[in-house]
Amino acid sequence: MSCTVRIPSPLRSYTAGAVTVAADGATVAEVLASLERHYAGIRFRMVDEQSRIRPHIRLYVNMEEVKDLSRPVGSRDTVHVICALSGG
Amino acid sequence: MTSTLWIGTRKGAFLLRPGARGRGWKLSGPQFLGHIVHHIVQDPREPKVLVMAAKTGHLGPTVFRSADRGRTWREAVQPPAFRKAGDAEEARAVQKVFWLTPGHSSERGTWYAGSSPAGLFRSEDGGERWQPVGGFNDHPQRPQWAAAATPDGDLLHSINVDPRDPRHLYLAISPGGVFESTDGGAGWAPLNEGCAADFLPDPDAPYGHDPHCVVVHPSAPDRLYQQNHCGIYRLDRPERRWQRIGDAMPRKVGDIGFPIVLHPRDPLTAWVHPMDGQTVWPRTSIAGRPAVYRTSDGGRSWRRLDRGLPPSQAWLTVLRQAMCSDGRAPRLGLYFGTTGGEVWAGANGGESWRCIARHLPEIYSVTCAA
Repeated sequence: MSCTVRIPSPLRSYTAGAVTVAADGATVAEVLASLERHYAGIRFRMVDEQSRIRPHIRLYVNMEEVKDLSRPVGSRDTVHVICALSGG
Repeated sequence: MTSTLWIGTRKGAFLLRPGARGRGWKLSGPQFLGHIVHHIVQDPREPKVLVMAAKTGHLGPTVFRSADRGRTWREAVQPPAFRKAGDAEEARAVQKVFWLTPGHSSERGTWYAGSSPAGLFRSEDGGERWQPVGGFNDHPQRPQWAAAATPDGDLLHSINVDPRDPRHLYLAISPGGVFESTDGGAGWAPLNEGCAADFLPDPDAPYGHDPHCVVVHPSAPDRLYQQNHCGIYRLDRPERRWQRIGDAMPRKVGDIGFPIVLHPRDPLTAWVHPMDGQTVWPRTSIAGRPAVYRTSDGGRSWRRLDRGLPPSQAWLTVLRQAMCSDGRAPRLGLYFGTTGGEVWAGANGGESWRCIARHLPEIYSVTCAA
């Protein structure tokens, strides 16, 4: 199952500047794994080694914030990666 | 002075090269603009190789590696990370890679990294893949050693490899203390006897101290120097008790600071950059008059070196990785960077100073590259 992922500017060095990319997976965790396969290193910048979303990263599926990486993702969904403000 | 200087800042990496015919300095960069760069270190075994510890305000920490003296960089395939925690275990995550040290000269491609929260990591492929050093990170006493973590996180730094023995390691945690391993990192023991820790309930505690910078002398590796939160110290192994050589500093200046730099060939010579550690710890030049102090007799006496530095109203802060020497003979060059974004060069062992860059972001590290 393929969905759309919207990439924020701090992570576009991994996607060769692409703002939206396609990724596979039936859950957010699987989508992140798919991103990692295509854009090595990108997952660890968003999710730490304990599989926790990093403090200044927010993930949304469509309009709903993701708290649990097992949250299902459908083929018509868009996963938004948001960089939360983090000072000067 | 003809060294190249790598400047790690809160907003990216910069490079200072001597100008043509030794006149002035040429600043280039930034590289990785917007990245928080804590350390950039050249591999003495393979000088084309540089390793950089970086992160951004939003993204997780990582390491970049260059194989062409910093012209191009590639991210580590597997950056430093703690192992996945088991049930009921503390689930630690690297917040920043703070320190980098090349491994032993006989272990080509080996590197060590220190993180916040305090963690030790090792790479055996030139910084591409990093593994946690379980002997330290999972040591049953590690939670006690690093118990007094500050809100900004405890820092593992000053990783030193004995040039005679790749299995003999020292490291420091700030706060936490100095620790030694004689078996390649499998086992560790505190090494803090003699160091003051006037902020602890027990002044004779075996650990919990706040070493700011610890350096093993490269040509006399039984001699260690330490700039601590509570003074300047020297340790001559196999002794285990540090001697407070900062007591010989002028009383009005005191012996608090972040960096300590050693002369690469003379184990009696070291430089410090004292800061104000009184009352609420401004951590600025004492009385607004910056100076470097040099000992040439192992800490029995210190000489003030301030020619060319601002004589008043200069409130500089120099962090622990932000001072270095170029190791050149006979006229060794010293360099320091400030949190206000200036780089200063001290000719002939710090006898005279001049500002060689200004208006940079907050400087975290200044390192020399050949």
